[in-house]
Amino acid sequence: MIAVIDYRAGNLTSVVKALNYLGARDVVVTQSPEVVRQADKIVLPGVGHFQSTQLLKDLGLTEATREKIAEGVPFLGICVGLQWLYEGSTEAQATEGLCHFASQCERFPATYEGAGLKSPHVGWNSLESIRKDSRLLRGVADGAFVYFTHSWRAPVSQDTAAVTNYGGAFTAVVERENVMGVQFHPEKSADVGLRVLKNFVEL
Amino acid sequence: MLTKRIIACLDVRGGRVVKGVQFVDIVDAGDPAELAHRHAAGGADEIVLLDITATHEGRGTLLDTVTRTAAKLFVPFTVGGGVRTAEDAAAVFDAGADKVSINSAAIARPELIGEIGASFGAQAVIVAIDARRGALGVEDAEVFVSGGRKATGLRVVDWAREAEARGAGEILLTSMDTDGMRSGFDCELTAAVSAAVQIPVIASGGAGSAAHFVKVFGRGKADAALAASIFHFGVTDSRELKGELQKAGVSVRLPC
Repeated sequence: MIAVIDYRAGNLTSVVKALNYLGARDVVVTQSPEVVRQADKIVLPGVGHFQSTQLLKDLGLTEATREKIAEGVPFLGICVGLQWLYEGSTEAQATEGLCHFASQCERFPATYEGAGLKSPHVGWNSLESIRKDSRLLRGVADGAFVYFTHSWRAPVSQDTAAVTNYGGAFTAVVERENVMGVQFHPEKSADVGLRVLKNFVEL
Repeated sequence: MLTKRIIACLDVRGGRVVKGVQFVDIVDAGDPAELAHRHAAGGADEIVLLDITATHEGRGTLLDTVTRTAAKLFVPFTVGGGVRTAEDAAAVFDAGADKVSINSAAIARPELIGEIGASFGAQAVIVAIDARRGALGVEDAEVFVSGGRKATGLRVVDWAREAEARGAGEILLTSMDTDGMRSGFDCELTAAVSAAVQIPVIASGGAGSAAHFVKVFGRGKADAALAASIFHFGVTDSRELKGELQKAGVSVRLPC
């Protein structure tokens, strides 16, 4: 069973639709820690404000997720779901992330290399420097385009599995063992995105 | 590198895709779901469905059309027309839309922009602006509502700034002067709006050739450009168009 965690941040329709389209069986949208504890895989989608992740803690979902991650259950965070894997975000300083990966997510700078930088970063941008050992990006080539829409981003670290360049490089994909996150929207990234989701479903 | 987006637009009336010239003289162009998938397969970066008569006739968005269109669409999908409240927006998102486009309702009650954004994120809110300036300068371009039927007295650049301040994620700027004419986008107006806001601006109205897109991405400073009629009647598809743009030095999603 794949648990898709609903924390009332944006709509989950697209993610669930894509998982079903790929033949994933037993996709359950849930706010229950008990359901998460029974899951074989966990997906944390999310568009919207980092503060909405506070609900995960309040509902006991953070603890349930932490336990499952420790057991080795594959976890995929999407967009704000990726950012939640870090210590936090300057978007909502009082809200703590999972702290699975070090450092904070920060807003895009207003200018970059002397020119104005539009924010949010909206549209199709390419994945670069794809780590060869990434299971999530199996079959995805450097330069593949995916769809982004976000104003905050995670810094590049040793757990980064692919970067994207916009106002400098940021983490487009993070992956350490069973814990993975994508800043882009695989459910909206045509064939490349479906490939990423399929890789996750087949783990 | 962030690419320039090509957006295919479906203007829907009574469940069918239609296309007009300068917002009138409507002709039938096909089934929304079928056309959306054809455009996505043809390399469109995004699909927009506008229920063009919803506000005018005072009815809600055609949710069944949205559901059917969204069913197997894996590129961003925007729906506009008849979204008057945050509840209307929620119903459209439930039906499978990723963003809503609001126009008349945002003018009538600008708080709506922030209300939808609060629940679904700013990225999910596109404020559509229908602009007319005739022979006047860009600073005098005026905002029209109700499918171009009503003048508001608001200046386009001012309203774009306010929409951004209230939390819009993108601006969809349609020139009523160039709409359906296939004689090129209003690059001057697009550039003025793009310079006035930080959020992405989608140019619309007047697409007729690849050269028009090159101009609106260059001189017009557009982040995305939207077209309808040139795609519906098979003049070109997005992939072919992008090939031309790439040759002209525009960064696009290719292969797609």
